[in-house]
Amino acid sequence: MTNDECKKAVLDIIADIAPDENLSSVKPDVRLRDQLQLDSMDFLDIVMELRKRHGIEVPEADYLRLASLDSCAEYLTPKFNALAAKS
Amino acid sequence: MNSGSQYDVAIIGAGLSGLAAGIRLAHFGKRVCIFERHNAVGGLNGFYSLGGRKYDVGLHAVTNFVPAGVKGTPLGKILRQLRIDREAFGLCPQKGSRVAFGPRGETALKFSNDFALLESEVAALFPRQADGFRAIARFVRESPLSGRGTPASAREFIRTLVGDPLLEDMLLCPLMFYGSAREEDMDLDQFAIMFRALYLEGFARPLEGVRTMMRVLLEKYREAGGERRMKCGVRSIIAREGRVAALVLDSGEEIVATHVLSSIGSAETEALLGAAPAGPPRLGFVETISVLDRPPSDLGWGADTIVFYNDSHRFSYRNPPGQVDVRSGIICFPNNFEYGAGRGLREGLFRVTCLANYDAWVSLPEPVYRRDKLRWFAAIQESALRFLPPLGTADALDRATVATDMFTPTTVLHYTGHVGGAIYGSPMKNPGGRTALSNLYLCGTDQGMLGIVGAMLSGISMANQHILRG
Repeated sequence: MTNDECKKAVLDIIADIAPDENLSSVKPDVRLRDQLQLDSMDFLDIVMELRKRHGIEVPEADYLRLASLDSCAEYLTPKFNALAAKS
Repeated sequence: MNSGSQYDVAIIGAGLSGLAAGIRLAHFGKRVCIFERHNAVGGLNGFYSLGGRKYDVGLHAVTNFVPAGVKGTPLGKILRQLRIDREAFGLCPQKGSRVAFGPRGETALKFSNDFALLESEVAALFPRQADGFRAIARFVRESPLSGRGTPASAREFIRTLVGDPLLEDMLLCPLMFYGSAREEDMDLDQFAIMFRALYLEGFARPLEGVRTMMRVLLEKYREAGGERRMKCGVRSIIAREGRVAALVLDSGEEIVATHVLSSIGSAETEALLGAAPAGPPRLGFVETISVLDRPPSDLGWGADTIVFYNDSHRFSYRNPPGQVDVRSGIICFPNNFEYGAGRGLREGLFRVTCLANYDAWVSLPEPVYRRDKLRWFAAIQESALRFLPPLGTADALDRATVATDMFTPTTVLHYTGHVGGAIYGSPMKNPGGRTALSNLYLCGTDQGMLGIVGAMLSGISMANQHILRG
């Protein structure tokens, strides 16, 4: 998986969690919280949807790594690829 | 052991909080079952059929209503958390409501889903209190949605900003009637939650009432794979080593679950563990319902959605010494929401709610109970009529009435199992939802969030906090 595919996977999740947000112009280097109305409940949902859809575990200590799309890609892409290699 | 009866989570009660919690848990792969003693879902916000008509049990209006696009509100949160499309609930905004005080309601504050109306009404009627009122609104806006967590008196807080006891009572009256389990005062957190729900946000209703919302929730729950067992109450909880070991159903069957979420109330849950139901007295209500052959506006009653009234010098919100306190109450016209052109209820509905004393209703012999119901039905309506524009003729209401119904605290106890027939549960709330047992949590009325939206938010946040996060 590439970084861009990973960002797309995260955006797909956000689109389902927060269908009332406009995701067409999300800047990858800006904190999601600063450009979208996402609260701690929504971030918990991103984490849980990652587990449900992709089998990826994000421990609570790492939640901050999901702050922006860029940091999501940096943190999650290796996890996606490690899972893909295992299967 | 029968593995068919082993769950990740057992939820006691299929009201709004239990269903909302169930949707979350099932969506994230938990094996969930909701156990409901009654044969219908909804709990305190259910609906029933009588004489070919469907009635909502509790719903006057959905509070916390905000239009599409307003973010960071309780309604927006539950829609997101339950993955429900806003349109599915079909919420239609109110036309307008008022608080009417004085023997004929001559002192009135109108309010609507636009907070500016209440602001201007307060400024016109209480010019010297306008700044204080705005400061209260600012405080509520800055309060976290789940409260600050420090117990305080709402009345004491209001008095630091508003010096007129009439305004204090008029602001508190709707908030207490729509959600306070405490007599004469509210906890400050509850006050802020209710002020936001009624005044800053507002009222709405689906055309078909609460059953539209129940249908959406049931469908979601089923799609997510949740199980539900109706006419299947929980008779007792078996505890071992500080945990729930098993639930015993009314049938005697034992259920094993890793977590248990109880929406039935704190004392009611403790009673399942063998404790005697105790605690301060609960507030009960009676409600009269008249079905009319025409919209209430055709009786000359205008377009009020809800009228909160009080005829006395001070507003008294306490367990009445007699069976019913007719000095104050709530009038609700479910017809008066903006359902859109050509859409509306087929019949008129006129509902009046007053405080009632459970003890004065509970042990009456059947004929006396029936007679008292009839007597109070007339007295409640007569009292409420003082706060509406006069009817053309004295018998106009009787002539327009095609059916009636009435509930008392006894009815509420019978159908929901809530101690004292209470609607708003115990005056002692438990915002954290924890109990003496490590895998048993509370959601719903006694957890502390209020109204239909609050009930759902309660189920969601308890499921998140104690089960999905853990």
